[in-house]
Amino acid sequence: MTPLLDARGIAVERRLEPTDLIVQAGELVGVIGPNGAGKTSLLRALAGIELRQGRATIDGEAVASAPPPRRMRLLGFLPATRSLVWPISARDVIGLGLTGPDAGRIEELIDLLELRVFADRPVNSLSTGERSRVLFARALAARPRVLLLDEPLSNLDPYWVLRTLEILEKAIAATNCAVLASLHNLEQMLAFSRVLLLDGGRVIADELPGEMLASETLGQAFRIERNGTAWQVRAAPQS
Amino acid sequence: MRRVPFLIVAVIAAFLLSLALPWSSISELLQEDSSLALAVFVELRLPRALLALIYGATLGASGAAIQALFANPLASPDLTGTTSGAALGAVVTAYLLEFSSPLALSGGAVLGAVAALGLLLALAGSRAETSTLLLAGLAISALAGALTTLALALAPSPFAFYDAYDWLMGSLVDRSLSQALFALLPALLCIVLLLRQVEPLDRLSLGEESAQAMGYNLRRTRLWVVAMSALGVGGCVAICGAIGFVGLVAPIFARKLTHGHPGRAIIPAALLGSLLLLAADLAVRMAPLGRTLPIGVVTAMLGAPFFLFLVLRMRRSLAS
Repeated sequence: MTPLLDARGIAVERRLEPTDLIVQAGELVGVIGPNGAGKTSLLRALAGIELRQGRATIDGEAVASAPPPRRMRLLGFLPATRSLVWPISARDVIGLGLTGPDAGRIEELIDLLELRVFADRPVNSLSTGERSRVLFARALAARPRVLLLDEPLSNLDPYWVLRTLEILEKAIAATNCAVLASLHNLEQMLAFSRVLLLDGGRVIADELPGEMLASETLGQAFRIERNGTAWQVRAAPQS
Repeated sequence: MRRVPFLIVAVIAAFLLSLALPWSSISELLQEDSSLALAVFVELRLPRALLALIYGATLGASGAAIQALFANPLASPDLTGTTSGAALGAVVTAYLLEFSSPLALSGGAVLGAVAALGLLLALAGSRAETSTLLLAGLAISALAGALTTLALALAPSPFAFYDAYDWLMGSLVDRSLSQALFALLPALLCIVLLLRQVEPLDRLSLGEESAQAMGYNLRRTRLWVVAMSALGVGGCVAICGAIGFVGLVAPIFARKLTHGHPGRAIIPAALLGSLLLLAADLAVRMAPLGRTLPIGVVTAMLGAPFFLFLVLRMRRSLAS
């Protein structure tokens, strides 16, 4: 079976070691790792952002050389930053994620993400959580084959964390796309079908969420350990 | 954008007014010597009105593109350093070569603008990141400004000093039709080629990473916008001297017409820039002061309070 996303030797200087990665259609992949592990660099490289080493393809098509309208259908990228400078309405921001005018799709996403109340307000006047939802809607707009989401569950209240996961599952079921999303909350990885653990710019584990949660590698990478149902900081090594 | 046709009508009306006013002197000439009246139209008023139209449009379009590129509503075409480079080139030409004819000053200004642009692109390097371009532009502006002041301080004669100082103030007066056409070519090229960047500049409003992930080559967009702005504004500065604040103010009003979209504000900003400069030139001409004020002084006097108003408004919004 041809993989949906096929990355070979993608690397970012000082951030990400040469990495091979295959993601099949229908997968919901969580990307975890300590700060500076290379999660954002991996997502950026897969999105073709300043990718100078290696090659990533989606549906067999090279990401880096795909021109704007085609690239928007191949992938949707949500950056970690939620700040926007210009006073563009939430409705227009979603429209910027489309390859052409499609008022019906914009209205559909406004309803899906419950943005109606502030759809015509400038995005730079919204709260960080509200902006996150608008930018998430923008990433979904062109119905891309692969969604690359940098911390999509950050800044969201519990309702929106659960709703976002539900929306991702429905998007996968409806279009047979794939999702890669970086996370910081370890418990959230249970909602994913597969988890990548990064450390020092390398993928050091690629497992099912349950196995990942139980693995010693996870504790070592984050320097934490299980204490009953909770996590605690590992005792500092004796010097 | 639905108001763009109104803006076009307003610019045409201002252009015609600029040709016709003050009407009394033209009507007197028409009665006495119609060929002289025609000469006044063609030799004096037409170049002046054309230059206001061209220079204003270039400043507006470049300002909108530069603000979109740097994601900063207070950025202006001066940030590329080419305006200061052109000024330095003109002053050095006037002093060192002892040429103060308009053509020599223009030639010197073109060389100065091109040198500043070359230095900017060299300093920005192959990656041409936004912050590097901004800092390099500021450094070139500061250096060229300091060297211009030094040149003024070392003026070889009061006449040379006056010529250079007068040119630095910015003026549309006493320019020929061929000079207007000289400014028109780079200005047209600048505006037409900036319009090719509307889509990436609008998508850039989502942030650099999002625009890159959508497939836009930002390095090309950055170099294109900076080079085209420098070319267009440099060409106009070479003919008329530096005219400030139009490139800052016109895009701010233009974005009100595009619901905040910075890229598609380029056309309305060009029209508003023309309108502002034509209006400022008419105000200069009609002012009962006995002599013509340099238009650069008028735009700065009107623009500086507006700039302060923007700073205060930004401070208030940050505080809330």
